[in-house]
Amino acid sequence: MLKKSLLIGLAAGFAMVTGALAADPIKIVYIGKNTGNPYFDSITGGFEDACEKLGCEFEFVAPATAEATSQIPFIEAQIQRGVNVIGIAPNSPDALNQVLDAAKAKGILVLTVNGDLVGNESHRDATILPVDFTKTGPNQIELTGSLIGYEGEIAILSATTEAPDQNTWIAAMNETLKNDPKYAKMTLVATVYGDDQPEKSTTEMEALLANYPNLKAVIAPTTVGIAAAAQVVQSRGIADKVAVTGLGLPSEMRDFIKDGTVKAFQLWSPYNEGWLAVHFALGLLDGSIKNEVGNTFEVENLGTIKIEEKNAMNTQAELTTFDINNIDDFNF
Amino acid sequence: MSASEMPSAPSSQDAAPPRPTWQVVLVRPETMTFLLLIAGVFAGSQLSPFFLDVAYILRSFTLYSEFAIVALVLTMVIIAGEIDLSPAANMALSACIFAWMQQAGVPIPLAIGIGLLSGLAMGALNAIFVIGLQLPSIIVTIGTLTLYRGLAQVIAGDKSIRVPEWFIGIDKVMIGGIPLPVVAFILLAIVLGFVLSGTIFGRQIYQIGTNEVAARHAGIRTARIKTGLFLGIGLVAAIAGIVTASRLGSVRYDLGLGGELQMVLMAMLGGTYIFGGRGTILGTFLAAWLLVIVSTGMIVANVLPAVQLVVLGVLLIVSIVATNFIYSRTQR
Repeated sequence: MLKKSLLIGLAAGFAMVTGALAADPIKIVYIGKNTGNPYFDSITGGFEDACEKLGCEFEFVAPATAEATSQIPFIEAQIQRGVNVIGIAPNSPDALNQVLDAAKAKGILVLTVNGDLVGNESHRDATILPVDFTKTGPNQIELTGSLIGYEGEIAILSATTEAPDQNTWIAAMNETLKNDPKYAKMTLVATVYGDDQPEKSTTEMEALLANYPNLKAVIAPTTVGIAAAAQVVQSRGIADKVAVTGLGLPSEMRDFIKDGTVKAFQLWSPYNEGWLAVHFALGLLDGSIKNEVGNTFEVENLGTIKIEEKNAMNTQAELTTFDINNIDDFNF
Repeated sequence: MSASEMPSAPSSQDAAPPRPTWQVVLVRPETMTFLLLIAGVFAGSQLSPFFLDVAYILRSFTLYSEFAIVALVLTMVIIAGEIDLSPAANMALSACIFAWMQQAGVPIPLAIGIGLLSGLAMGALNAIFVIGLQLPSIIVTIGTLTLYRGLAQVIAGDKSIRVPEWFIGIDKVMIGGIPLPVVAFILLAIVLGFVLSGTIFGRQIYQIGTNEVAARHAGIRTARIKTGLFLGIGLVAAIAGIVTASRLGSVRYDLGLGGELQMVLMAMLGGTYIFGGRGTILGTFLAAWLLVIVSTGMIVANVLPAVQLVVLGVLLIVSIVATNFIYSRTQR
């Protein structure tokens, strides 16, 4: 009991000291889905550079595994550390609700970055997503069309049958193909699922080539799928017959771009998500930005950012296209 | 009944001199767990100034309390020479059944009752295979762990089931400043500690684990006691599952995923002998705190997860080596 009151006394004293020093830097932490994921290195890079420029303290933490509840002790620990901002790529749309509420109750700004609490938006303050996902499907169809002269049979190699993001994009692709006369000569002949496993994706890709000898292009809107599809095309030497495109990581696709197996693919810049998160958080804390739907603010390198419905922000309007000309500019 | 005399009873060596009292008290696995616990608290306070806060440590313990509660019963199962790896899956299935029932309009108390009954039924199924059909418990419960987890997914699908607002937050209910799940853990530890060390039933559990054939010949109803233990751990796992549902506010099929390893870890760290016959509730009680202190201390200090895994692995190996060493030295 004595120890506890001593601690409280210490804490109170500490709080007074820090209160007196108004220049105490803002502490920002980003909690990733899991460690050992190169995608998050890029987001973290954006956080670090922005914090260095604007003057805040940044740390990245992540659990070893991406289970629904594995982030909870990490959020508790950051509350205990007294950080000002928690950025998180949530592993569950709702298992974190209670602990995020506890963080908000302590006055911590909670931002979901690169993934949101779909259906539980009230448990965070705002979300930062790379692109407006309604544009992903049309963007992908346009890129594919440009690769095959807007004519011929195409197929989709997706992740799992239940992957929510991929299914949204595929629905939008179907919509675009059907409604836009520009793509009238393109026919979607099959949609197959590689379950985001390299072996299954390879098998599905080979089956596509066997079943549809006139296939002109394969769209794989998943990083595992596009790498597997490119591998198949590379080993068969049929890059001039079948175009592979989709969403991929520049680091994984660099060799395929360099040897001509893949002409172009798309993704967004994870780096910019971290960059935007820091600018937004510091702006909110110093009062220069109001977290209200419809408000806009300027961010260096990104231009004007608008706070959309459900306090969502996107770092870019359209997908970034990677090809032989710019592939070396990206390292994630 | 001279047939009940086992050949191993008379030792070929001369009787060793009785060990001095200080050795009997100090050279025990629980002593080592306790010393590690003290070292853990010290190390945690050195790693981070935010660690030594009773309220924070108790709050962190609630995250592990459900596993810790089951680990107490698991200790008795292991002492009886069996193992149960299915309780974490049992937690998920019981919680899914409970959540599904209440969502379908069944009153909460009845839904809880059905959840607990299903936990009991899962324990009974394990008992039928292990005791009725004489199959090894490690194989049986690896099978049922997959089965129960699969059934949970059949019931809940990929979605989560919400529980009503008033039902959420059992971990926020304080009794004398201690969260309710922690109080439950402490009370259960006291009760089971008394049962195991202070009753005939408890002594019989040790005898079954030391030599089941001898125990049976000595008139101990081994089948009945072991069935009771499997039913008990099934019921307690169901309670733990429903407590988790209240803490998280929602139930998914992956609730408590991987928890069986944490439970076994707690029992092993506390000096329970994996081949049965030895171990105490006190050891598991201390080990649960040790695990929480070590994990929390490292997480609040932002120690890399890879390092955290290494530290936990080393702790487990040290405890197993020490347990075996101590038991081999004190074998009578």
